[in-house]
Amino acid sequence: MDALVAQLQMQYRNYTVSLYQQGFLDDQFTELKKLQDDASPDFVAEVLSLFFEDCVKLIGNMARALDQTGTVDFSQVGASVHQLKGSSSSVGAKRVKGLCITFKEYCEANNYEGCVRCLQQVDIEFKALQTKLQDMFNLEKQIIQAGGKVPQVDIN
Amino acid sequence: MGVDFLVGMANLMHIQLTLEPELKLLYRINAQSWKDINVDVNHKVESRLKLKFLELELKLLHCVKAHSWKNTEILTANVTRAVETIALLLVTMVMMLPTPSSSCSSSVVSLSQNPKSIRFDSFSRSVSNHMMEVCNCIEPQWPADELLMKYQYISDFFIAVAYFSIPLELIYFVKKSAVFPYRWVLVQFGAFIVLCGATHLINLWTFTTHSRTVALVMTTAKVLTAVVSCATALMLVHIIPDLLSVKTRELFLKNKAAELDREMGLIRTQEETGRHVRMLTHEIRSTLDRHTILKTTLVELGRTLALEECALWMPTRTGLELQLSYTLRQQHPVEYTVPIQLPVINQVFGTSRAVKISPNSPVARLRPVSGKYLLGEVVAVRVPLLHLSNFQINDWPELSTKRYALMVLMLPSDSARQWHVHELELVEVVADQVAVALSHAAILEESMRARDLLMEQNVALDIARREAETAIRARNDFLAVMNHEMRTPMHAIIALSSLLQETELTPEQRLMVETVLKSSSLLATLMNDVLDLSRLEDGSLQLELGTFNLHTLFREVLNLIKPIAVVKKLPITLNLAPDLPEFVVGDEKRLMQIILNIVGNAVKFSKQGCISVTALVTKSDNRAPPDFFVVQTGSHFYLRVKVKDLGAGINPQDIPKLFTKFAQTQSLATRSSGGSGLGLAISKRFVNLMEGNIWIESEGVGKGCTAIFDVKLGISNESKQSGIPKVPANPQHVNFAGLKVLVMDENGVSRMVTKGLLVHLGCEVTTVSSTEECLRVVSHEHRVVFMDVCTPGVENYQIALCIHEKFTKRHQRPLLVALTGNTDKSTKEKCMSFGLDGVLLKPVSLDNMRNVLSDLLEHRVLYEAM
Repeated sequence: MDALVAQLQMQYRNYTVSLYQQGFLDDQFTELKKLQDDASPDFVAEVLSLFFEDCVKLIGNMARALDQTGTVDFSQVGASVHQLKGSSSSVGAKRVKGLCITFKEYCEANNYEGCVRCLQQVDIEFKALQTKLQDMFNLEKQIIQAGGKVPQVDIN
Repeated sequence: MGVDFLVGMANLMHIQLTLEPELKLLYRINAQSWKDINVDVNHKVESRLKLKFLELELKLLHCVKAHSWKNTEILTANVTRAVETIALLLVTMVMMLPTPSSSCSSSVVSLSQNPKSIRFDSFSRSVSNHMMEVCNCIEPQWPADELLMKYQYISDFFIAVAYFSIPLELIYFVKKSAVFPYRWVLVQFGAFIVLCGATHLINLWTFTTHSRTVALVMTTAKVLTAVVSCATALMLVHIIPDLLSVKTRELFLKNKAAELDREMGLIRTQEETGRHVRMLTHEIRSTLDRHTILKTTLVELGRTLALEECALWMPTRTGLELQLSYTLRQQHPVEYTVPIQLPVINQVFGTSRAVKISPNSPVARLRPVSGKYLLGEVVAVRVPLLHLSNFQINDWPELSTKRYALMVLMLPSDSARQWHVHELELVEVVADQVAVALSHAAILEESMRARDLLMEQNVALDIARREAETAIRARNDFLAVMNHEMRTPMHAIIALSSLLQETELTPEQRLMVETVLKSSSLLATLMNDVLDLSRLEDGSLQLELGTFNLHTLFREVLNLIKPIAVVKKLPITLNLAPDLPEFVVGDEKRLMQIILNIVGNAVKFSKQGCISVTALVTKSDNRAPPDFFVVQTGSHFYLRVKVKDLGAGINPQDIPKLFTKFAQTQSLATRSSGGSGLGLAISKRFVNLMEGNIWIESEGVGKGCTAIFDVKLGISNESKQSGIPKVPANPQHVNFAGLKVLVMDENGVSRMVTKGLLVHLGCEVTTVSSTEECLRVVSHEHRVVFMDVCTPGVENYQIALCIHEKFTKRHQRPLLVALTGNTDKSTKEKCMSFGLDGVLLKPVSLDNMRNVLSDLLEHRVLYEAM
């Protein structure tokens, strides 16, 4: 069993590091991890689920705003983007945040194409992140089921 | 002729040595006859011969009778011989006679031709006849030959006695005297004399007929005498020169001894003198008391020299007279002065030697002359009186500056004593010693006096010091009492007035309460000022150093002053030099006090115009008061603050008084304003404590004035962190347990994250998602309100103002922190201007949040000024 645990832990560690290295996550995610303790054991999961819900909602808003024929209310789009940016930065979704910044610029520039493109990218990104994080959480579950402890990953 | 006779005699003696004493007698007779040839010769010879022949005849008869033929023969031979001898003698005598008669000569010739045939008696007769005939030529006979014999007998006896006594005397006296080198000479001499005496003594027996023994003894004595006397005579030839030389040597030695005695006497006198001087010096130097010295001198001198009187004359204060100060015999000398310019005194003072003076001079006449005819000799000597000022470094004091005393010594009257040289020398030496001893005594007196003076001064200083200490202590006690006793009611008044202000009041009541508050605050400030100043003066005030933001400080001050300035319509501008360090080390509170005071004064005394506050880092070439050096050391710098106003201005003459306590230029404009006048004094003290300087420049009354001060501050090593006003070096793990916090964020995720953060730190978090909800929910329980202000288009800052309005009392209002995505300067300033206590950059890390929270809660005071 121990070998399995160790293997799983190794797997988990590598996976987490790869996520950071690939730019999916940044330091804020680490901070978030820090906040998880015995008092709130599922804190990260809760926050992330909330984030993903928010993402869906906001992306929907943005899509609707951009789909409108006629004049596009860029301020509304901008507001949503702002929100997304805030959320993503809060959880440490690096790529999403970066895209949001670009998206915001396009919004301010009233660049329709740019906005649309960004929206698509944001969608892709957030979904990808969701998948990745899901995998990570599964690994964590496996480790716990195997009787081990989820290791603290040091990202330097 | 004599010699021949003697020789003849000697021959005869030789031939007839064995003759009987009769022959000897004959010889003697002959000898005597030769001596007394002119006197008594015939008589003696005749008588003697007669006697002799008679004796011979008798003897012959005896011999015949006795039938002693041999003797008869001998006797006959003897007689024959005697006859022959006599004949010869007669012949010689005749020959020697001046005018021999013929008859004598013929008979003598006949005799000589035929001696043996002569018969005794005929011969004798014929001889005697011839003798008589012969001796007719000589002077005649003696009639009384027995008398003469008697005299001779006596004389011989006495001679003998004398001769015997002399050696006895000699022996006696030689025995008595121990030394006589020539004893044996004496013996010899004695022997000679004894023998002579013996001879004379024996001679006594030969006057009458005597036996052969006597003749023998006589002969022996004579022979011995002769021997001894000759020997003595020979010996004396050698001895007498010796004896004489002994005598001369004795004389020489006596002379020498006398000379040595004289020298001994001299040496002894000198040694005596020396001893006296030593003793005197010892006596004089054994004391440092002036009077004892002088008295002892006189006493000892008197004793040593056996003086009748000894006196000391000292110069008076004026120096014109000599006063009799000490005498030996008289117990209480009369106040007796003598002018100093007397010739005799000048004479004595002119030389350092002892001078003989006349006993009749005024200085020597101490007692009334009581009929003594011959006054003893008097000697006077000068005694130099040396003062401290006389002692030069190089040489002995000058003659002209000397003062002298006069010592007069008198020998006893009616004695033939004279002053000897050694005595005079003694006196001179003593005078010198006395001078030295007196100067020592003077020095000692001086030093004693100086020491007494110093002691007095010390005592006085000690008392003064103690008084000063007591005064300081009293003042401190008073201040401490005042501090405590006066503050307590003050606090009560202020606190209760504040509380009163919170309650429902009518406008008039509110006005009254506000006035009370204002007055009591003023009074409290005044008390604090006074206490501060007294502490400053004591030097017991210490600066409380800490790191603080200089820029912030200035802004705070300005904010405090702004309301009043706005009311008086005086714009205030603040210029901070670009190189002014932000974080400095110093006493923040006191620095603020200084700046406030200066700026406050500027505002107070200006009616119009603008007030400018400039802060810069001063370098050494900036204008500074001449007695103040500005040095820029490594970790320190000098901050210069200039406050310029265009107000009332100050008369340049009054400028020095400005910094004195309680002084205020009394002009109409300033009379209305309050203030104790201590502000500038206190500021000056603080500035001085900060190793700085403060001064005021003014062109004159009505032309405004500029107050400038420099203070030394340390440069903080902490690096600046943008956006975050305060980042402590070491974050403490402060327990924020139960801290009630409100989080306002429209973004749910952010909201959740922030909440999680705070919950993790232990806070009790309430979340709201809108400003309205925030305002609704916020209560005095919430210590901190985190509000997200980065939502565009929505002025979330307004909420800060609303909250400010809601919570008028400072201690109830929660701390407001903005969470924003960007922290540029404009955002920060905006936050500050809206009264937010802090700004945080999203997303916040755990450590960041922790630090900020602890900072906020710790340094609440700082943020209150904003």
